[in-house]
Amino acid sequence: MSSAHPSSADFGKDKSSFDSKSVWRTFWILLVITVTELIIAIIYYETHFFPKHILNGVFIIMTLAKAFFIVAEFMHLGHEIKNLIMTIAIPACLFIWFLIAFMWDGSAYHNLRMRYDSYQNEQSKTKVKKVEHPVEGKKPGVE
Amino acid sequence: MAHTVPVGQKWWSGGKSPFNVEYGKLMMWYFLMSDAFTFGAFLISYGTIRFSSSSWPNPNEVFKSFPFIGEMSVPLAFVSLMTFILIMSSVTMVMAVGAGQAHDRKAVMKWMFLTILGGLAFLGCQAWEWTHLHSEGAWWGSNPFLNIDGTQSTTNFSNFFFTITGFHGFHVFSGVIINIIMLIKTWRGDFDRKGHYLMIEKAGLYWHFVDLVWVFVFTCFYLL
Repeated sequence: MSSAHPSSADFGKDKSSFDSKSVWRTFWILLVITVTELIIAIIYYETHFFPKHILNGVFIIMTLAKAFFIVAEFMHLGHEIKNLIMTIAIPACLFIWFLIAFMWDGSAYHNLRMRYDSYQNEQSKTKVKKVEHPVEGKKPGVE
Repeated sequence: MAHTVPVGQKWWSGGKSPFNVEYGKLMMWYFLMSDAFTFGAFLISYGTIRFSSSSWPNPNEVFKSFPFIGEMSVPLAFVSLMTFILIMSSVTMVMAVGAGQAHDRKAVMKWMFLTILGGLAFLGCQAWEWTHLHSEGAWWGSNPFLNIDGTQSTTNFSNFFFTITGFHGFHVFSGVIINIIMLIKTWRGDFDRKGHYLMIEKAGLYWHFVDLVWVFVFTCFYLL
């Protein structure tokens, strides 16, 4: 950049870094991860071969991997300078607190309900029969 | 970036962008951060409510329909198609950005057109899914599906589903509108006159973000 104040044209010029091969590589990675997730979900649904909470961990790791590839490759963040990467990555770390705090709160609330709310406790143990079809001609949200 | 960045460059000494990107692009990143926290708040409140419930409907039971095959049960097939459409349209968007960097107006128009098509296809799928769930009796305040353990479920499931997929669908819709505007501007030659296609890159960032959010929505509602 020659001028003291860069104009947007400076950033739009001579970028020959575009590589369609790496784009397709990212596409295949995303596709393979998604298909694997589906296969695991369907096998679990048919056979219940594994504890669900461990599978949930696997799903979350695969989701984060997909998110990483979208942000780093498609959104090009992985190829920007470190300053830009950090101004995005550091605030995103707030999600770690955000998740832990609120999931904890949810399960604490669940414990309280099961202990002190006898109605909720009863409901969580009573099996009910599914109403096969909603009343004909009466759609939800329509008065 | 193809700018040759000198080693030991002093980014904060003034006179240049310390982030080595154009102002508008940096602001798009910050907007997307704020949007990420909005979506995060939605999804985390969904998680909190799920953690506070003793059971929850089974996504494999709820999302098992596909258009034109009647009552046949194909768990998660339709939503995988939607995911594929969105990933595919992300790829065509990257291609549009690449063509923009090469100042190839024809190619930008072709890829933008395909991206818009992908967005519309996704919205069409979502419209079908909503209509189908609605015909089964699901809507805000109404949940016909039982919990996975056979107990009575609350309306939380459908409330969160329609609110969050609706908010995401609205983002897809605005993304399609933005992409149509970009296509028209490309066609009119606005970017050639300006000498750069940075607007395509900013629209592209937004479009990929919509794809990114879908990855999380997909996991939270259909897999977990």
